[in-house]
Amino acid sequence: MSLRRYAARRLAIGAVQVLAVVTVVFLLVQALPGDAAVALAGDNPDPRRIEEIRVAMGLDRPPLDRFGSWLWGLAHGDFGASLISGRPVAEFLHDGLGPTLVLALLALVLLVPMSVLLGVLAALREGGPLDRAVTTVTVGLHSIPEFALAVVLIALFGVQLRWLPPTAVGADLLAEPAVLVLPLVVLVARPLCSISRLVRAGMIDALASDYVRHARRLGIGVNRVRFAHALPTALAPAVQQVARTTDWLLGGVIVVEAVFVIPGLGTTLVDAVAGRDLPVVQGLAVVFAVTTVVVNLVADLVVFRLAPRSVAIA
Amino acid sequence: MHSLNRRNFLGLTAGLSIATLTGCGTTDSGPASAASTPRDGGRLRAAFAGGGAKEVLDPHLANLFVEAARSKALYDKLADLGPDVSAQPRLAEKWEADAALTRWRITLRQATFHNGQPVRAEDVLASYARILDPNRAFRAKSSLALIDLPNSRAVDERTVEFALKRPFVEFPNALAAFGTYIVPAGSEDFTAPVGSGPFSFVSFEPGKSVLLKRNADYWEGAPHLDELEFVIANEESARANALLGGQVEYAHDLTPTTARSHAAGDRMAIHRAPNSAVQAFAMKVDRPPFDNRDLREAMFLLADRPQLVESVLAGSGQVGNDLFGKGYQHYADDIPQRTRDLDKAKFLIRRAGAEGLTVKLDTSTAAAGMVEAATVFADQVKGSGLTIEVVTGNKDSYWADTLKNGSMSSFRSGAMPIETHIAQRLLTGSGTNVTKWARPDFDALYDKAVSTVDDAGRGAVYREMQRSLHAEGGYLMWGFADWIVGAAPNVGGISTAPANTLDWARFDKVWLG
Repeated sequence: MSLRRYAARRLAIGAVQVLAVVTVVFLLVQALPGDAAVALAGDNPDPRRIEEIRVAMGLDRPPLDRFGSWLWGLAHGDFGASLISGRPVAEFLHDGLGPTLVLALLALVLLVPMSVLLGVLAALREGGPLDRAVTTVTVGLHSIPEFALAVVLIALFGVQLRWLPPTAVGADLLAEPAVLVLPLVVLVARPLCSISRLVRAGMIDALASDYVRHARRLGIGVNRVRFAHALPTALAPAVQQVARTTDWLLGGVIVVEAVFVIPGLGTTLVDAVAGRDLPVVQGLAVVFAVTTVVVNLVADLVVFRLAPRSVAIA
Repeated sequence: MHSLNRRNFLGLTAGLSIATLTGCGTTDSGPASAASTPRDGGRLRAAFAGGGAKEVLDPHLANLFVEAARSKALYDKLADLGPDVSAQPRLAEKWEADAALTRWRITLRQATFHNGQPVRAEDVLASYARILDPNRAFRAKSSLALIDLPNSRAVDERTVEFALKRPFVEFPNALAAFGTYIVPAGSEDFTAPVGSGPFSFVSFEPGKSVLLKRNADYWEGAPHLDELEFVIANEESARANALLGGQVEYAHDLTPTTARSHAAGDRMAIHRAPNSAVQAFAMKVDRPPFDNRDLREAMFLLADRPQLVESVLAGSGQVGNDLFGKGYQHYADDIPQRTRDLDKAKFLIRRAGAEGLTVKLDTSTAAAGMVEAATVFADQVKGSGLTIEVVTGNKDSYWADTLKNGSMSSFRSGAMPIETHIAQRLLTGSGTNVTKWARPDFDALYDKAVSTVDDAGRGAVYREMQRSLHAEGGYLMWGFADWIVGAAPNVGGISTAPANTLDWARFDKVWLG
């Protein structure tokens, strides 16, 4: 099967997966106690008022009917409107996607070169002081959960030393890049460990492999062997991990968004679920499902290019 | 995960306050600073919890604290609640009722909207008609439902005559109710809202920020600030950090723990509004086991209120006496304070035949401190012969769930006039009657109170009603939490009045020193 046909088939399967995710999400939100009217009425739950809100939101229509018309709209590129504010869901997605993309892209730009560099350096000096230092630091960072690291960094660099802004409250992320420093450190810390460890292990394996030994016997330069022959193979397993990390970042890392006040997709999702704002939750489910499918497809294609034999394309 | 999106529904029910009245408003200001002399100019950034998808600038849809604070900056109501939570004239210069208390003549102040148009009687009628629209579900609808709109009229540009469906001497409470803002007639698009308030609109990014600027022509005098920016930070720690890091000058709704740890520092001034949100347990009197009066009294006597205030509110509050509205107008402060009496409680539990009984106490994280209070109370009940089992429910549907189900639940409420509290929660036909207190004689007393013109006479009826609630009602109101706001030390003019009242989050009186 050609790469193109493989990709097309994966995309078709992906579309089915997205549909399944959206249906499951709809059913799950239906199963939650209370609906948007109850959530909106809050601590003033006068049953007459809840009923009025329900009618005003169109929640008196049967759930299947609402799901059907939402799907119909989606097929026409219309994500619907928020039950609560009446604003188009597309607007929510657009507003939340900006900060999430900025964070995700910058995190990846830092993460990928750094973890490859650290992994390769550690592999080339396997067992040496550098390898041990890199291992200690990255494993140490990996064992600290995001929220704990965030709290410590904010208390130290944001509040005590005042070197960096403690939150991004009200800030335009790109116009004031200083607000991004702490969130990026927190986002990069844990994946840096997992990815650099994979690169290190892959590199050690590759350097010990038959084809590298063969290349050396042919008299090819050390650096050429390392970087043109061993490295691509070594990267293949790491690519899958980068894909998982990318997916995680694009989902909006809720803890980081909350602590640093970055109104991205994670915050939008938490708000929408708490408000039982189904159209917004559904819209986000579509975005997250599509992201996952596409990111994984891209990762597989990249791995195929790097190390054709490592992916079985049936 | 709950704390990530903790949001405080304000509502007529939630809110806070009372400080100025009792004179016990306190400000633990760090250094004596420039905050004492009013100064004009500058931009104040105020951090509030927000609602993302829910946030709107339509003042009739407002629901959250941040929306209430923004509405107040952009708009006016005819009346608003003073420090003792009684209605004070605002856009209404004065009000007069006829002898039957069913026709009210309101004279409007000379005020203008931000677009230069005067505030007219027609705008008032149109605003109320919008709120009362049968096809919509605005929060203030029930407060204004007693207005007979077809028979109300604009007498002239600045005089409105309201016809009421029944005699109601507390009509000004309705004019001051949550969300009863006056908008220009025909307003439907609130993307660039036009009001008559002390600040006018500049820009809005939902879930992120709103920027307003000084309205130099405000009828009560221009604000000190040039600009006011509301920013959203849902996490309490983020609001505190942003304040400490100099990113905002005002952080709304801080926890007692944060207040305690920063009160002594010089980076944050803590402003408390004492006797604010009431904290309670609601017992349903229409079903076992709390249809038994002895058992209700036993619960009242089991609560160790000072311990609850100390542990749950971290000392930032005062004990309650099972009555709503401590310090508010008409509060029955002559009723002796209840204290813990384990022996009497044991006796009452035996007499009620409830020994060995296990009662479920429903709670949730829908409001701060509720789960903690339920846990502490369950502990206090140990050894009485009765057991309390704390059940934590879903926070998003909590208030609707506990209105219908269970027999005992955590409860909290902000400031509102005592009359409103009774009307919404304690009459046979009340929409949010959690305790299911439904007594014809009590309903009759309410009708009597709201048709008694004489203040003292009306006060006496309210006291009688409170005596019966104190003796055998379903609310165990154990404490009143302080409302806590943090500000930069150079911010002056922050009132210690309760949320939901006029002076809470009132930025036209605030300045940057």
